[in-house]
Amino acid sequence: MEKPINEMRLVIPSRSSNESFARVAVASFVAQLDPTLDELSDIKTAVSEAVTNCIVHGYRDTIGSIYINARIYASGKLSVKIRDTGCGITDVRQAMEPLFTTGGSDRSGLGFTVMESFTDKLKVRSNPGKGTTVTLEKFIERRERG
Amino acid sequence: MSADISFLDGVMTVRLSGEIDHHSAADLRDSIDSAAERQNPKKLILDFSRVGFMDSSGIGLIMGRYRLIKEMGGSLSILGASDAIKRVIKLAGLERLGIAIA
Repeated sequence: MEKPINEMRLVIPSRSSNESFARVAVASFVAQLDPTLDELSDIKTAVSEAVTNCIVHGYRDTIGSIYINARIYASGKLSVKIRDTGCGITDVRQAMEPLFTTGGSDRSGLGFTVMESFTDKLKVRSNPGKGTTVTLEKFIERRERG
Repeated sequence: MSADISFLDGVMTVRLSGEIDHHSAADLRDSIDSAAERQNPKKLILDFSRVGFMDSSGIGLIMGRYRLIKEMGGSLSILGASDAIKRVIKLAGLERLGIAIA
């Protein structure tokens, strides 16, 4: 098992005003790996989707804690775990289908699709009644420093 | 996040600026919809030139406004989206709905 060279943990209440804070916090942390603007934008988008899912679905009618754990590795890998202890997902496969949503008419149902295409690896584990953990992995290309 | 809304010859132009996520989308939706319902535009233009970030909540915002303008018999165009925003738009296949993207 590769050991992380750095790690950060963040716990925030599931208020929608924290969506931008969460994605900017992860982006600031990963800046150590010297990502390109495109890579940063991918990470911010994927984190935003995962955190929004906790707020809109996990804690639909309540405010709970969102746990974010980000690790970076010497290889350039970023791993971000985003966890809630909310309602959980009964059928993860169905939830991950493009355009599937339980969120009403103005939700696109594309959250997992975006996470999948903007990262290198996406893992979703969920227990109904206990919560959901989403793990995003992205490799930041190592570049020669000028 | 803000939306400057203007009308000219049946065309409603919404100049969006800032970041579009689930948090900011709700206010944007309300101000666009109430203006559109007052004015009944033939064409709605969403200008993304000054939007620095958008996740799939922005797709929900666009699709909802597309449905609204279609009910009014009008059309929707998207202007000025950055490459990053265009990637999110592409995933949603909005072009296939007949939304013009420039």
